[in-house]
Amino acid sequence: MGLMDLFKKRNSGNVAKDRLKLVLVSDRASCSPEMMEKIKNEIIDVISKYMDIDTEGLDIQITQTESESDNGMVPALCASIPIRDIRHTM
Amino acid sequence: MSEVIVITSGKGGVGKTTTTANVGTGLAQMGKKVVLIDTDIGLRNLDVVMGLENRIVYTLVDVVEGNCRIKQALIKDKKYPELYLLPTAQTRDKSAVSPDQMQALIDELRKDFDYILLDCPAGIEQGFKNAIAGADRALIVTTPEVSAIRDADRIIGLLEANETKQLDLIVNRIRMDMVKKGDMMTVEDVREILAINLIGAVPDDEHVVISTNQGEPLVGADCLAGQAYQNICRRVLGEDVPFLNMEIKAGVFSKLKNLFKKS
Repeated sequence: MGLMDLFKKRNSGNVAKDRLKLVLVSDRASCSPEMMEKIKNEIIDVISKYMDIDTEGLDIQITQTESESDNGMVPALCASIPIRDIRHTM
Repeated sequence: MSEVIVITSGKGGVGKTTTTANVGTGLAQMGKKVVLIDTDIGLRNLDVVMGLENRIVYTLVDVVEGNCRIKQALIKDKKYPELYLLPTAQTRDKSAVSPDQMQALIDELRKDFDYILLDCPAGIEQGFKNAIAGADRALIVTTPEVSAIRDADRIIGLLEANETKQLDLIVNRIRMDMVKKGDMMTVEDVREILAINLIGAVPDDEHVVISTNQGEPLVGADCLAGQAYQNICRRVLGEDVPFLNMEIKAGVFSKLKNLFKKS
């Protein structure tokens, strides 16, 4: 990489490729925002039975991850659920 | 054994009709018996691209409705006696034909032709369903743009659900000057994203516009696009053909400029 590249903006070709990859992951999973919202609410219901979670900070999204059986990249549902307090210990 | 190939893209204006005309003509140049079917009812175009618009008497819809026999509707090409066009109706809409009727028509044509090429309309509605109903394989045409690639991805999903056996990708209108600057996705980028077999890469070539103006497909002509289409035809026939180097022959001035750029 030359010195000039530091001052240049990122190539629009690469920007396009990255944007497409993201949009296609959700297209292929055919998940509408409404459906994602329903999934999110049901996850909250289930987890809330066992622990006190931060529903505001909860975030779920479909991303890509390396397949364990070597199929390349596969879609994955990632949920980040902050726990406030583990109250019900079984 | 005849083969039925649908040329489709999802998005409009990426070059389906031009590809159909050139691949069909190319296969005829190689001695195959070919029929091109325009399935874009209401938006007839393959006839003008082939330069056969003055010879239309009967259409696809007439055949399906039993107003004429298939042979009466087929138009023989100007140059190649083994190449035929089945034009579509201009005054009807997509609901004039059903997928079952298309399937029956194709089965009838299989008896007489080596290759049956279907020029698919844009979109994923009735016209698309009619066009893919009887196809053995598909050529998916896209350009290196986000909208065209996204639509192509959707089409690939629908074709897989339809159990179309073989899907091949054509990346059209590549501008090497922009690819070089990093302002256009490369053919490899597009292939990687769509994850199907690449069967052709066609540069954005002004000769394509000229040939469409004249109503004469340019496959096999001495220009980059003409060579690219010919290579696609050879690959359709199963030949292993290396991909074209699409670098534009640089003049002395730009060569000098490049020399300075590198240092």
